[in-house]
Amino acid sequence: MVTATETKKVQIEVYRQDTPESTPYWEKFEVNYRPNMNVISALMEIRRNPVNADGKATTPVAWDMSCLEEVCGACSMVINGKPRQSCSALIDQLVQPIKLAPMKTFPVVRDLQVDRTRMFDSLKKVKAWVPIDGSYDLGEGPRMPERKRQWAYELSKCMTCGVCLEACPNVNSGASFMGPAPLSQVRLFNAHPTGSMNKDERLNAIMGDGGLANCGNAQNCVVACPKGIPLTTSIAALNRDTTVQMFKNFFGSDHMVD
Amino acid sequence: MSKDREFYWRRLHSLLGIIPVGLFVAQHLVVNHFATRGEDAFNSASHFMESLPFRLMLEIFVIYLPLMFHAFYGIYIAFTAKNNPQRYGTLRNYLFILQRITGIFLVVFIAWHVFETRFQAAIGAKEVNFNMMAEILSNPWMLGFYIVGVISATFHLANGIWSFLVSWGITQSPQSQRIATYVTLVIFLALSVVGVQALLAFV
Repeated sequence: MVTATETKKVQIEVYRQDTPESTPYWEKFEVNYRPNMNVISALMEIRRNPVNADGKATTPVAWDMSCLEEVCGACSMVINGKPRQSCSALIDQLVQPIKLAPMKTFPVVRDLQVDRTRMFDSLKKVKAWVPIDGSYDLGEGPRMPERKRQWAYELSKCMTCGVCLEACPNVNSGASFMGPAPLSQVRLFNAHPTGSMNKDERLNAIMGDGGLANCGNAQNCVVACPKGIPLTTSIAALNRDTTVQMFKNFFGSDHMVD
Repeated sequence: MSKDREFYWRRLHSLLGIIPVGLFVAQHLVVNHFATRGEDAFNSASHFMESLPFRLMLEIFVIYLPLMFHAFYGIYIAFTAKNNPQRYGTLRNYLFILQRITGIFLVVFIAWHVFETRFQAAIGAKEVNFNMMAEILSNPWMLGFYIVGVISATFHLANGIWSFLVSWGITQSPQSQRIATYVTLVIFLALSVVGVQALLAFV
């Protein structure tokens, strides 16, 4: 029988950084084990009692979280070398010491918190929405086939978590590549019956700086995506669409969206 | 090179790698294979290629300019990647890295190869024939260098065909990309055998 003095411990190492510019460092922690813990509940234990493994008082570890059910994408971090959501990373399934680090592809705000603004900027750049605003009621749009809707639903699961950008060798500080997530959103909105009425605008956006052609086909993104989105299929499909768009642009076609 | 034109530069890079550079590499290895039929067969084949009409124009527009663009833009592409095989040890991730390593190696190898054969011949220091290659390849280090060079080229071409098919949107589904992997593997093996057999014929 386990007594209070023999409580199992969870070994955690956090790659910490106090400010966006300061030098990062590793800090070790030990928290009491509870059944069904995830990385977030372990971090909450540290926050409750911010003492490191040497018994010294320290600052609580900062991280982002929101939904706690792997649909918001906020709590992504690099756990034992792999980027993923910390809410769905169960302590029982992780090798200890559990190493937590921020996704360094993004600017680090503090500790495990990163700034994913570049992803949201990319979504704006590629117009990842269906424009329906007008001064009068436009009525119903064209009907979407049910099987196509089911397929598109898979693409719509993207939660802008940043894991595919962290996994991609071509997304880094030395390159302007927007990464797989916003590209796949172009495929989603171009597949939408109303969204496709502006598909040439989105295709031209991803044919600009940092766009589609920066993909080097390492295909890490599709392996890393926690939602199982067929990112490489989206990219290859967009490659075909932009090939056609490229010729349309070059020869001045008047078939804008058909 | 403007970043706004990046899409077109990348597509041009992908296209030139196959047409004409890839076709030239395949042709070059096949013509070299005459060496396995003996010195005279190789010399007459190489003489035929040398005496093609408009040879200088063909060399400049089919080989040197496309190859130089592909090489220099390729160096830029290779050095913008931050490789992570320890994080994702998948076949595609390794092939991605190998494509860049062989690309950089080929820039060195081809620069040396062009200097050693074409440039030396152009300044009249040497004559391009069977004996020239036999002399170069009599050094075991150079033979090793050439074998690695030829296999790098055949790999880079075969894997380049695979990514060409993706980059132009020809293979989209995972299944079609898997089939392309097998087809390009066969191309790699076949061209490697042709290229290495030709090299060994000089020894």
